[in-house]
Amino acid sequence: MDLLVEQIIFFAFAGMTVLAGAVVVAVRNPVHSVLALVVAFVASAGLWLLLEAEFLALVLIFVYVGAVMTLFLFVVMMLNIRELPSREGFVRFLPLALFALAAIVAMMVFVIGPQHFGLAQYAIPAHHGADYSNIRELGLVLYTHDVYPFELAAVLLLIAIIAAISLSFRGRRVGTRSQVPSAQIAVKSADRIRIIKMASEPKVKR
Amino acid sequence: MKQDILLLIWTVIKIVAIVLPLIIGVAYLTMAERKVISYMQGRIGPNRVGFGGMLQPIADAMKLLFKEIIIPRVSNRYLFLIAPIVSFVPALVAWAVIPFGPHLVLANINAGVLFVLAMTSLGVYGVLMAGWSSNSKYAMYGAMRSAAQTVSYEIAMSFAFVGVLMAAGSLNMQNIVVAQSGGFWHWYWLPLLPLFVVYWISGVAETNRAPFDVAEGESEIVAGFHIEYSGITFALFFLAEYASMILISALAVTLFMGGWLSPFQGIPVLGAWFAWVPGLVWFVLKLCFFLYLYLWMRATFPRYRYDQIMRLGWKILIPVTLVWIVVTGALIELHVGPWFS
Repeated sequence: MDLLVEQIIFFAFAGMTVLAGAVVVAVRNPVHSVLALVVAFVASAGLWLLLEAEFLALVLIFVYVGAVMTLFLFVVMMLNIRELPSREGFVRFLPLALFALAAIVAMMVFVIGPQHFGLAQYAIPAHHGADYSNIRELGLVLYTHDVYPFELAAVLLLIAIIAAISLSFRGRRVGTRSQVPSAQIAVKSADRIRIIKMASEPKVKR
Repeated sequence: MKQDILLLIWTVIKIVAIVLPLIIGVAYLTMAERKVISYMQGRIGPNRVGFGGMLQPIADAMKLLFKEIIIPRVSNRYLFLIAPIVSFVPALVAWAVIPFGPHLVLANINAGVLFVLAMTSLGVYGVLMAGWSSNSKYAMYGAMRSAAQTVSYEIAMSFAFVGVLMAAGSLNMQNIVVAQSGGFWHWYWLPLLPLFVVYWISGVAETNRAPFDVAEGESEIVAGFHIEYSGITFALFFLAEYASMILISALAVTLFMGGWLSPFQGIPVLGAWFAWVPGLVWFVLKLCFFLYLYLWMRATFPRYRYDQIMRLGWKILIPVTLVWIVVTGALIELHVGPWFS
């Protein structure tokens, strides 16, 4: 692939990411914000694909766009906020916001500026052939070199699942009625209806 | 540069060669559905337009094309119009990685299965956007039901995929097909039978088809998320639903039924007789079987109740897949049978 084509693709996706990010905070309708965030995710997945990190890119779409953002959208739609009230306090908080913005930009320039991540420190990643599998490389690193942090993260997630369930599940209270699916499945027709044999009506003579 | 442009044109031709038969397939799948279900119910079905009703889908398409598009006044106009497109496009894009023959695939990428999963998970946005932007209660209910159902069944479906990935040792669709070569008993439907059944059930639920069609249950919420749509916008939802049905069937064929491989492979006489048949033929035949299964299920089963759908997904299908993934691991480790030796 040409460098020019690659650059066009990069700037298209990068522009889309930034634009969608701006839209997320700019629009007044929360549902539109969430949809803009989805666009931002998909665009950054495109950027990762450009880096030949296809596993991360597709998992980003699959997990974040496909599941997490769906639930976000779900919640925002249920809230039934049609439009946020006018931007009250916009002028009042503007100096503070500008200060925070300046601080964040300064920090980012300082930490991930060209003096740390420039071409001198990190060369352009080499292009791999068609038989290169990013998934394989990732798996090899995850399950050999970084196996303990990986397992630790997995255990942490498991704890979070258990905690979420035990927080929301309050147990079966006395007096509440609930269905017993196994009993429902085990029902036979004889339990519900009774078939009575009876003589048919004699033929009416006309 | 000239080579790039030629490559681009060639790719576009290939895309047309996939999409055009797919659209025709969708048209005749609706026809087949009406015919099959009517014969199962002791009716005749459409038989007026063309020979034996064969032009009925064309007539329906014409009707939908020329109908007026009504946009509700209080709807969210742009989202309302984008929603059908958002639900239709992912159903088409995922076809890029499906292998139709030994060398017949648009994009033979290494992360094929992941790509399909990512694309099918995008389809739910069309439904959600349609339900919300219509600003109608029934549409909203339909969207909610559909989203919850899709998110739940996606988990079981991905776990079923994990079993196949373990067995084939690859995410590449073409490699998965080749790993199953050796004839009917070598395909993955047998060692991964529970995963195959779970995949099919969650595939039917993912496409919102009967008996899991609560998202558009006619008797409860009229037509669900697409209640406010008319004309070609409605037709796009229809196309998307049938295109994803064909996609789910194609995935079942590729992952569990040996893709384009011949069923007679390895049988002494028959194998040689049928060796000349191109893989595409076997692929389409298997595809037709699964599509028939869709119609058969629709004509046979009553609609599930909503809470029972959720129960089935979370409490039955997911545990089954989790157990069988462990069993698959053991089978691979012990080099069992003709599959993992």
